[in-house]
Amino acid sequence: MTDLEYFKLSKPQKMLRDAGGFFARLPKGIGTGVRKLGMLIVNILKGIGANLSDLVTTFKDGDWKTRLSYLIMGFGSFARGQWGRGLLFFLFQTVFNLYMFFPNASISGCYYLGKLSTLGTIETYKEGRRTVYGDNSFFILLYGVLTLFFIAAFIYTWRVNVKQNRISEQLLKSGHKLKTTKDDLDSLRDEQFHKTMLALPTLGVTVFTILPILFMILVAFTNFDATHQPPSKLFTWVGWDNFRQLLSSDTASYGDTFRHVLLWTLIWAFFATFLNYFLGMLVAIMINKKGIRLKKMWRTILVMTIAIPQFVSLLYVSKMFAADGLINTYLMKWGWISSPLPFWTDPTWARVTIIVINVWIGIPYLMLIATGILMNIPADLYESARIDGANAFQMYKKITLPYMLFVTGPYLLTSFTGNINNFNVIYLLSQGKPLSLQLSGNAGHTDLLITWLYKMTVNDTNYKLAAVMGILVFVVTAVINLIVYNMIPSVKNEEDFQ
Amino acid sequence: MSEKKQIPEVDIVVDQEAGVIREVKPEHLRSKSGHERRVNTSVYVILVLMSVIWLAPFVFLVFQSFRSYATESGAMVAYLLPKQWSLDNYRWLLTDPSSKFLRWYGNTLIVAAFCAVLQTFMVLSVSYTLSRLRFRGRKLIMNVVLVLGMFPGFLTMITLYFLLKQLGLTQQGAVPGMILIYVASSGMGYYISKGFFDTIPKSLDESARIDGATRAQVFRMIIMPLAKPIVIYTILMAFMAPWGDYVFASYIAFGSEPNYNVAVGLYQWVNVADYQGFFTRFCAGGVLVAVPITILFLALQKYYVEGVTGGAVKG
Repeated sequence: MTDLEYFKLSKPQKMLRDAGGFFARLPKGIGTGVRKLGMLIVNILKGIGANLSDLVTTFKDGDWKTRLSYLIMGFGSFARGQWGRGLLFFLFQTVFNLYMFFPNASISGCYYLGKLSTLGTIETYKEGRRTVYGDNSFFILLYGVLTLFFIAAFIYTWRVNVKQNRISEQLLKSGHKLKTTKDDLDSLRDEQFHKTMLALPTLGVTVFTILPILFMILVAFTNFDATHQPPSKLFTWVGWDNFRQLLSSDTASYGDTFRHVLLWTLIWAFFATFLNYFLGMLVAIMINKKGIRLKKMWRTILVMTIAIPQFVSLLYVSKMFAADGLINTYLMKWGWISSPLPFWTDPTWARVTIIVINVWIGIPYLMLIATGILMNIPADLYESARIDGANAFQMYKKITLPYMLFVTGPYLLTSFTGNINNFNVIYLLSQGKPLSLQLSGNAGHTDLLITWLYKMTVNDTNYKLAAVMGILVFVVTAVINLIVYNMIPSVKNEEDFQ
Repeated sequence: MSEKKQIPEVDIVVDQEAGVIREVKPEHLRSKSGHERRVNTSVYVILVLMSVIWLAPFVFLVFQSFRSYATESGAMVAYLLPKQWSLDNYRWLLTDPSSKFLRWYGNTLIVAAFCAVLQTFMVLSVSYTLSRLRFRGRKLIMNVVLVLGMFPGFLTMITLYFLLKQLGLTQQGAVPGMILIYVASSGMGYYISKGFFDTIPKSLDESARIDGATRAQVFRMIIMPLAKPIVIYTILMAFMAPWGDYVFASYIAFGSEPNYNVAVGLYQWVNVADYQGFFTRFCAGGVLVAVPITILFLALQKYYVEGVTGGAVKG
């Protein structure tokens, strides 16, 4: 079908075709994904092979300095006068060895690695009034993961160390000079500047994000909960049991509650994103309308909700809507209602109230964003549309909306995923209430997955299910992202902006 | 881009008049049709209504914070205007020995100040590097950050809580603990400032490089002076975030009242402690937190707007 034929189709036909197109592409997309994954695995294997053979040739062709570097990291660099690099390699190796084979066996890397498969076997017991502590599953798992990290880093560094020797040898053979330590340091301000800049952030993200996430992914496969809390109790591997408990619908499981909460999370994210988007755009258009005065004042008034910390505004508004809050008491005083409206006690009321209050929170952001973008739409587009006799609504539909959607596509996506994890609005407004007997695990009718996760952690210390839920939030987010990225044309070519 | 935004009034919704030629005339020379006047009036009505809705909660908050604690009650009551205006609540917050408000305020202020400096440093290094330097593994880093960002942030908190506890950075040490948590991973929020750096022409760097500047000098002497708007935006965001954080702060300081931040402390007053007596105190505390932050924000509004619009366009 050519473009022309496509444009001749009616609206429903077009939509049908677009949707069909997406699903038609889906198998191909999955196919491409699988093929890419296969290629990746092949490439990794090839890479390992190439590295191994390179190691062998380096050893065969290398002089004694190189060969000794296989055992003592950094020796070659030292011997060739690059003492800075040599020192770093040597220090790393020393620290690694100390960590792995520390004399006091119960805090060495090998100890944790050995216990990783059971997460500890020695129970804590009481000897009279004294508690004798056994294994601590938590630290075994945590330091076990850390040790694996460390080993991977060691292998990588060791490989770099060997490669350095090879490169140095070849440089010397062809009559070049090696870089001195001063050169190395200077390059950190120039060619290697990215390493200087990223060192600290990378360290931070590795220790404070990657390590904890890996740890929690592993916790999802253990029975770490209120009844298995270190240091007094051990926990151990249980396979997929937790996933089964969260997803299946037996009486003892959380399956029904999970689906209920997931559904509400998606409904919430949908309304919180798109309702705010369209209303915010509408407000921006109104404020920008020709002939409206005091534009700056209107904007500033709305922006107040962004400026004031959310816990002040949301907590206060939540109390305004309470049964004994201002709204209900005044409505009753005026005689409009005889009993308080169930803003926070009826599930549907609570949900609608939250979405409406979120509009109050969200419109200002979108108003600001839309204002900036609307100003960039070329005015002559409207001019020519007007000459062709288009009315305001038609111009909105044919010019403003497509332009906005095109430009803010990626923003909509991030905002949608942000709303899936929008803890503050829900927790400060309703704490997930109203609770209900139909829902298990302390979940309420307005709980999102993320607030439920919080409650499981803080109130129930049910870490295993919290971990599973975290993984599922990730899966939901990732799937949505993948689908949307497939649907919107790839508008982002980074280098285009430069 | 930023210059375009300075043009104050570009109109989007246009009147229905077919007479195009008249449109070119300046606004005040044009005779408005009855229709347009009606449209404008209704827009004004909507805007006034919206302003009332948007401002009302804050006005109410201020009213209730001035209600006398001694002669009326500190609870929620069925009327809005205080019968007797007084500073009771403020006096209690600031001077009463059993009020921890000043402590919480100080905690939050310290955390916010440290975050404003350290987080800005982290965010700018990451965004500058990813935007303007080309090196192996750059795409990989960006993809890893993208994937990490899809995990709910609170998930990491469970591990970090135990880690920090080992280091003595929970409960008693919650303030440094919070700073560490906020700053450590802040490099992942580089998107908006990277978008900004992307818009600075590359030819600037190149000509400086030809003149013999190192990449570090380019960063310090060429790019940073141009990046003032995004630096201010980043500082502003880093400073404001700790004031509103409930989830992380409540977990780290769990149960240790003197180490709460304002959000956790006031939340306890409203929802956990007997809020009936503490409601007006919460209002007064809210005012004390909101006023300086709001003034700061409104003063730097321009930079905020540039940041969010730029960020939304680049995604």
